[in-house]
Amino acid sequence: MDLSGAERIVIIGAGQAAAQACASLRLFGFQGSITLIGEEAALPYQRPPLSKAYMKGELAEERLYFKPAAWYEDQNIDTVLSVRATNIDRSAQTVALEHGGSVTYDILIITTGSRPRALPVDGADLEGVFDLRDLADVERIRPRMIAGKKLVIVGAGYIGLEAAAVARQLGLEVTVLEMEDRVLARVTSPTMSSFFETEHTRQGAVIKTGARLASLSGSDGKVTKAVLADGTVIDADIVLVGIGILPNVELAEEAGIACSNGILTDRDARTNDPQIFAAGDCAARPLVHYGRKGRLESVHNAIEQGKLAAAAIVGKPRPAEDCPWFWSDQYDLKLQIAGLSQDYDETVLRGDPETRKFAVFYLQNGKLIAVDAVNSPPEFLASKKMIMTGARLAPETLSDTSKSMKEIAAAAV
Amino acid sequence: MAKIIYVDHEGTERAIEATNGESVMEAAIKNSIPGIDADCGGACACATCHVYVDEAFLDKTGTAEDMEQSMLDFAENVQSNSRLSCQISVSDALDGLKVTTPESQH
Repeated sequence: MDLSGAERIVIIGAGQAAAQACASLRLFGFQGSITLIGEEAALPYQRPPLSKAYMKGELAEERLYFKPAAWYEDQNIDTVLSVRATNIDRSAQTVALEHGGSVTYDILIITTGSRPRALPVDGADLEGVFDLRDLADVERIRPRMIAGKKLVIVGAGYIGLEAAAVARQLGLEVTVLEMEDRVLARVTSPTMSSFFETEHTRQGAVIKTGARLASLSGSDGKVTKAVLADGTVIDADIVLVGIGILPNVELAEEAGIACSNGILTDRDARTNDPQIFAAGDCAARPLVHYGRKGRLESVHNAIEQGKLAAAAIVGKPRPAEDCPWFWSDQYDLKLQIAGLSQDYDETVLRGDPETRKFAVFYLQNGKLIAVDAVNSPPEFLASKKMIMTGARLAPETLSDTSKSMKEIAAAAV
Repeated sequence: MAKIIYVDHEGTERAIEATNGESVMEAAIKNSIPGIDADCGGACACATCHVYVDEAFLDKTGTAEDMEQSMLDFAENVQSNSRLSCQISVSDALDGLKVTTPESQH
């Protein structure tokens, strides 16, 4: 569909994908109006530091923002903040706002992101129990991150473990509860899980796997205890919940836009309505290196889909799609992940986890599909390229540390 | 404060005033300098803020640490004056710093 006559773009959701779409649209020469609707009070900001450097107090708030307020004015981008969009009317091409009024679009971009999965136990609403998703969450949590306080983290995913690392570095007593039999169970291999569990234990955090939270209890409305299904009681001054996120697809679904664990898009971030695009955590997109559709919760994905949508809207050639990538900072460990490892049938270890510098490669039928690299940028960057070319590698080649990753990549077919 | 001059791969210069403590990458992003992607936002995780530092400033910007150097090893068209701009912190000493951006960050 030719969108070249479009004059009014409305973006619902003001996170990373939205910020990227704004920047790319202007960079690509779109001169019409852009209205950015966000339910948070803040202009678009980076979320990754919220569970890392920002939580620790090492990064000033102003450094979280992608662009200063003046940029939106200069670029003639109308920001409508602290306002929820409540309805999309596709025939009238309008978006209704919660306090009344609506905005009209020629093109709509849905970047509504995701929300934390709610903790399904009694006591989840006690004071002192927090999600970790927004700037406002961290503002509430940070004053309580005081040395000696007892922190219970529910969920040993990346957010939970990053928060655990920050809390240990600030001197809190930390217990991490994980339902599965290992940390990071949904996202990585047993080798990596075991490494991170050992590391957190060495740093003084208590990791309880196979731990089913039964309830939270407290006094005077404040949380004081976490109670496990086996009867174990753990004292808690603060509870952080990190048990996954859910895509915010309701607005799209109610408007009849096709969704299936995310708003379904094509390679250009376009939904089944040619005038509506979706990008970021809320979108389920073609994963071109894996031959399937999927939803990615990552910076790379938000940036890339923001760019893809902008390019399609202005009629530019589609930008190249990168191999998915992620990172996590815990203590002095930098974990860099390239690719999607879910469907692996073989893992290869390169280096020695004891040295805190190693990588685990994931192969499927001999083809490299992902890597988890700890303090090992060459393994990460070389793999990123090799995954995109569909390289086949022998396990003994990948594990051979006498050869550099440059040499291995150069010889890969 | 320091004046930083960004030169794109076609030779166009753009000068901005950067604040002490922010990185050369952050100053570029806030001022919409083209040619620097900085996908990871400064976590030294992505190698998409590669710049070439003007030879006259190499002693003032210092040298890349191990992590940064090993990221740079995999960037395209790396030279001896290549740095990741997220790892260069702005200070008065860098006033007048000139950095050139490569044709592509990917």
